[in-house]
Amino acid sequence: MLAIKLAYRNLVGAGLRTWLNVIVLAFVLFMIIWHYGILDGWNEQANRDMQAWEVGNGQYWQENYDPYDFFTLEDSHAKIPEVLQKASSDGIVTPILISQASVYPDGRIQSMLLKGIDPEQKVIAIPGAELNIESEAMPAGRQEISAIIGKRMAKNCKLKEGDITTIRWRDVNGTFDALEVKIVAIFDCNVPSIDGGQMYININTLQEMMQAPNEATLFVIDEDYEMSEDISGWVYKEFDFLMTEMNEMMKMKKVGGSVLYFILMLLAMLAIFDTQVLSIFRRQKEIGTYIAMGMTRRQVVSLFTVEGAMHAILAVAVVSTLGTGFLLWLQSIGFTMPAGTDDMGIAIAETIYPVYGAGLIIGTSLLVFVITLIVSYLPARKISKMKPTDAIKGKIQ
Amino acid sequence: MKNLIIILLLIPVLVWAQNPSGKEILERIDENMASKSTISTSKMVIHGARQTRTIKAKSWGMGDEKSFTEYLAPAREKGTKMLKLEDELWIYSPSSDRIIKISGHMLRQSLMGSDLSYEDMMDNAELLEDYDAGVIGSEIIDERDCWIVELQAKTAEVNYQTRKMWVDKSRYIPLKEELYAKSGKLLKKLELSEITKIGNRWYPQKMIFKDMLKKGNGTEFIIDEIEFDKEIEAYIFTKASLK
Repeated sequence: MLAIKLAYRNLVGAGLRTWLNVIVLAFVLFMIIWHYGILDGWNEQANRDMQAWEVGNGQYWQENYDPYDFFTLEDSHAKIPEVLQKASSDGIVTPILISQASVYPDGRIQSMLLKGIDPEQKVIAIPGAELNIESEAMPAGRQEISAIIGKRMAKNCKLKEGDITTIRWRDVNGTFDALEVKIVAIFDCNVPSIDGGQMYININTLQEMMQAPNEATLFVIDEDYEMSEDISGWVYKEFDFLMTEMNEMMKMKKVGGSVLYFILMLLAMLAIFDTQVLSIFRRQKEIGTYIAMGMTRRQVVSLFTVEGAMHAILAVAVVSTLGTGFLLWLQSIGFTMPAGTDDMGIAIAETIYPVYGAGLIIGTSLLVFVITLIVSYLPARKISKMKPTDAIKGKIQ
Repeated sequence: MKNLIIILLLIPVLVWAQNPSGKEILERIDENMASKSTISTSKMVIHGARQTRTIKAKSWGMGDEKSFTEYLAPAREKGTKMLKLEDELWIYSPSSDRIIKISGHMLRQSLMGSDLSYEDMMDNAELLEDYDAGVIGSEIIDERDCWIVELQAKTAEVNYQTRKMWVDKSRYIPLKEELYAKSGKLLKKLELSEITKIGNRWYPQKMIFKDMLKKGNGTEFIIDEIEFDKEIEAYIFTKASLK
C-alpha cells in the first residue's frame, strides 16, 4: 500500500513527463480497442448479411457442385428430391439453379452465372418478387424475359433498370440459345459473392431454358427447417462451413492489425523503459535514503515497478473517462469505408459500426498493464545491485 | 398434244435436276472441299472494338480429325502451337513452356481474342450426321447464284439447332453460313470469298467469321498458300511436336 501511495505521489510529482507517457499509452489502448471493435463490428455485420442474402441457415448442395470449380457446373444439377420439394412449398427452403452464360451489354461479351430463383421465396433477401412483374414462367414467343441484378453487376456491365440486353447460354445438351433480358430491378447488398457477375431470373424460366425441368443446383435452408435424414445425391453444408472463408479472413485481418499494435506498443514501452532508467539514474540519493530508512531492496524495486506500471493504470483511467464517450460516439456514427472497398469481393457495408465487447476491453487493458509491468520491472532490477552508501552520496553506479 | 404430255411429265425431272436435295448439296460440298491432307499458311485478322491485330500461322491438317498449327507472328504469339486430335485440343505456350489441354469451359473461350472459340475449331463439320438439310430457296451472293440450304438438327446434342448455308450453284461451295440459337436468334455468321481454283477444286481464300452478338467487324481468316493431299509426317500430329 505504501508503495502504491509513494508511486502515485512520485508520478504526479513528475508532471508533464508522466502525462506524456500516459497519453501515449492511452492512445495505444484506445486504438487497439477501436480497431478491434471495428473488426468485430465488421465480422458481425458480414455474418448477418451473408446469412440474410446468401447462406441462410445452411445449404444442401447437389453432390457434384463445387463453387470454386466452374467446370463442375454443367453436371451439378439434379431433380429436386421430394423432401426438399415439400419444404420448399412450406417456404422453409428455397431452390437455386445455376448455369454458366454470357451477357452482351452494349456488344461486349462478359461471362456470368445465370441463377434461377423462386420469386415467392422468403428464405434469402434477394428481391425475387420483382421477377413477378411479368408473372412469367416462359413468356409466349420467348422474346424477352425479366431479370434482376446487383449493383456491382450493373456497374460492371453499365446496365440500368429497364435496359434490355442479350444473354447466351447452353442447355443440358450443349445447344446454344440466346434471348433478350430486361433488367427489372437492381438490388443493393453488401455481399459481393451473390452480386458480381451474376444475373437472377425465375427458376421455372431457367429450368425451361436449360431443358432441366424441376432441377436445382442447391437449396438454401431457413432456421425453421429441421434436419431429419440424409438426402441421397445432396450434401448438407452447415452454416459454419459456409462462413469459413469469411471467418478465416477476419482472423487474418486481426493478425495483420496486431503487427501495427506491436509497433505502437513497442514505442510506448520504449518511452516507459527510458523514463524508468532516467528515474533510477536521477533518484539514486532517494533510493539510498529509502534503503537507509529500512526499506529492503525488494521493496524499493517494487516501488519503482509499481510506479512504472501505474502509467498503464492511469492510461486505462484516461481512456475510460475521456475515451468512453469518444468510443461511443464513434460507435453511433460508424466508420465509413473508403470508396471501392466493396469491390474487393468481401461482404462489407458502406459504414461499419464497431462493437466493443467486455472481453475486448478487459483483455486489452490487462495486456497493456502486464506488458507495462514487465517493462517497468526490467530497469528497476538494477536497484538491487546498488550500494546504499554510494547511492546516498549520489555516486554514479 | 402428245408432246405437251411428254413435256409435262418431264417437268418434275427437270426441276429435280435443277434443285438437288440438301443432302446432295452437302455431299457435293464435301467432295469439293474435303481432302486427305492440307498444308497452309494463313493469317487471322482480328477486328476488335479498339484495334486490329494480325496473327500469322502455318497449319498441317489430316482430314477433319487431326490438325497442327504453329503461330509465326506477331512476336507475342510466335512459337505458340496447337494440336487437335479428334475431340481433344492441346496448346503449347512458349512463354510458360507448358502444354495445356483445353477442355470443358475453356473450349468456349475466344481463340486469341478472335470471334472464333476453340470449340468452333473443334467442329468436325460432319453436317450430314447431325443435320437434316433442305433447300429453301435461292439468292444471288457476290454475283453468284446460290442455293439456300437450311439445316435442322436431328438430335439435341449439337451446338447450333439451325444453320443456313448459301451454296454456289455451279461450284458447290458455300459463300455464306449463318448459325442460329434455339430461339431463332442469329449467333454467328461466316462469309467466304475470293474463291480460287486450286488443282481441280474451288476453294475460298478468305473467310470472315462474326459473332453477331458482339460489337466489331469480326475476324478475317485469309489463306496465303494452301496445298492439298501432300504427305505429312505422322510425328507432326503428336504431343511431342508441340515443344
